[in-house]
Amino acid sequence: MKIPYYPGCTLNTFAKSFDESARSSALEIGFEMAELKQWNCCGATFPLTPDNLIALSAPAKVLSNAGKEGDTLTTLCSVCYNVLKRTNKVMRDNREKRSTINGFIEEEYDGAVNVLHFLEVLRDKIGFDKVKAAVKRPLTGIKTGAYYGCMLLRPFEDMGIDNAERPTVFENLLKALGAEPVEFPNRIECCGAHLAMNNEEVVTKLSGNVMTSAVGSGAELIVTSCPLCQYNLEKSQDKVASRTPGYTGVPVIYFTQALGLALGQPIETLGFEKNVTDVMPLLKKKGIV
Amino acid sequence: MKIKLAKEEIESASIHQLQRISGEDLKKCYQCGNCSGGCPVSFEMDIAPSQVMRFLQLGKIEEVMKANSMWVCVGCLQCYSRCPKGCSVAAVLEGLRQTVLRKGEDFEKIKEIPIPFLEKAPQQAIVCGFRKLVS
Ligand code: SF4
Ligand code: SF4
Repeated sequence: MKIPYYPGCTLNTFAKSFDESARSSALEIGFEMAELKQWNCCGATFPLTPDNLIALSAPAKVLSNAGKEGDTLTTLCSVCYNVLKRTNKVMRDNREKRSTINGFIEEEYDGAVNVLHFLEVLRDKIGFDKVKAAVKRPLTGIKTGAYYGCMLLRPFEDMGIDNAERPTVFENLLKALGAEPVEFPNRIECCGAHLAMNNEEVVTKLSGNVMTSAVGSGAELIVTSCPLCQYNLEKSQDKVASRTPGYTGVPVIYFTQALGLALGQPIETLGFEKNVTDVMPLLKKKGIV
Repeated sequence: MKIKLAKEEIESASIHQLQRISGEDLKKCYQCGNCSGGCPVSFEMDIAPSQVMRFLQLGKIEEVMKANSMWVCVGCLQCYSRCPKGCSVAAVLEGLRQTVLRKGEDFEKIKEIPIPFLEKAPQQAIVCGFRKLVS
């Protein structure tokens, strides 16, 4: 099975390990993520003001290109997923906006593509039981906090991947991989997002809240599904450690790196060396490597 | 705090424009405070999300424009997600930001963005930051 795949600008560069570990894991499970022949940046923000149609033109172009390659589009970055899924809903349900945007991007796209996050592909198209059956190196005993952040879940009526307050999809995947999921209070709170650009203090506070909340609930590892969450959490580690008595840091990796690890892929192909935090001591301690 | 209310302010052109741009009806908010409780950055805001709504209901848009609230909002939609009335303070704050940015006024000067950030940060942070803070 081939599923059209939109990497987005960050996964092609900064978050290459997110992209590569997902692609190789997919092959291991039995499907191929086929990168769209032509794509552009989605704009990295869904405009909250409904009159801002120009901001919908880039994601609409991506969707229109995807429509030429199949009826489904999968993506990994939570923000790309949010932007594409919400834009798709506008293109499907709002005739007037659809016609304006199509006129601008010179396409005839009607919202027919089904936008799926990679987690949804694993859960709904493949099945977590099949993922579990493919596990060769179970992550036994690793207490893992799944960090959802904002964009994967909200707004609920547009995203619909899971319950916006008490999601389970991530934890269920972790269980399939043999890990021990840890639900922590801040798993659906923001990391500080784009304030990384101009307000490091707020980002440190928010990302710090996420990490200390996870560690306080017993997590030894955090997994993410967004390169910006990953960046903010990793970048805040040292500052948070210097301010928080008893907190010494926690490794943060993309959930696909955990997936690839569990599926038995060679450690050196998973891109752990590109993470700021070192996950290897934990993996050694748990006897995984 | 003592404030003077004026019908002209409550129904001013800028309040109407904000409602049009944001798609939000400010009157819907009944001041339960859920948004401020759920907002992860209300500790940093000069005026918390629910107060933003109240100021605007009373036509006090100048006060809100002077506050930092719209610029520290991270757009996480927790306010909207938890509002029993379906109001999106996030959209209102974006409407306020857009009011400034659409005039060509930058909040963040591109020249002042630190080079190490531009070199090391994920592209999406830069694109998103530009969308939210630069005209
Ligand atoms: S949650 Fe909604 S109704 Fe309650 S104060 Fe905030 S905007 Fe108003
Ligand atoms: S979207 Fe903005 S106002 Fe709403 S909860 Fe998030 S940071 Fe607060």
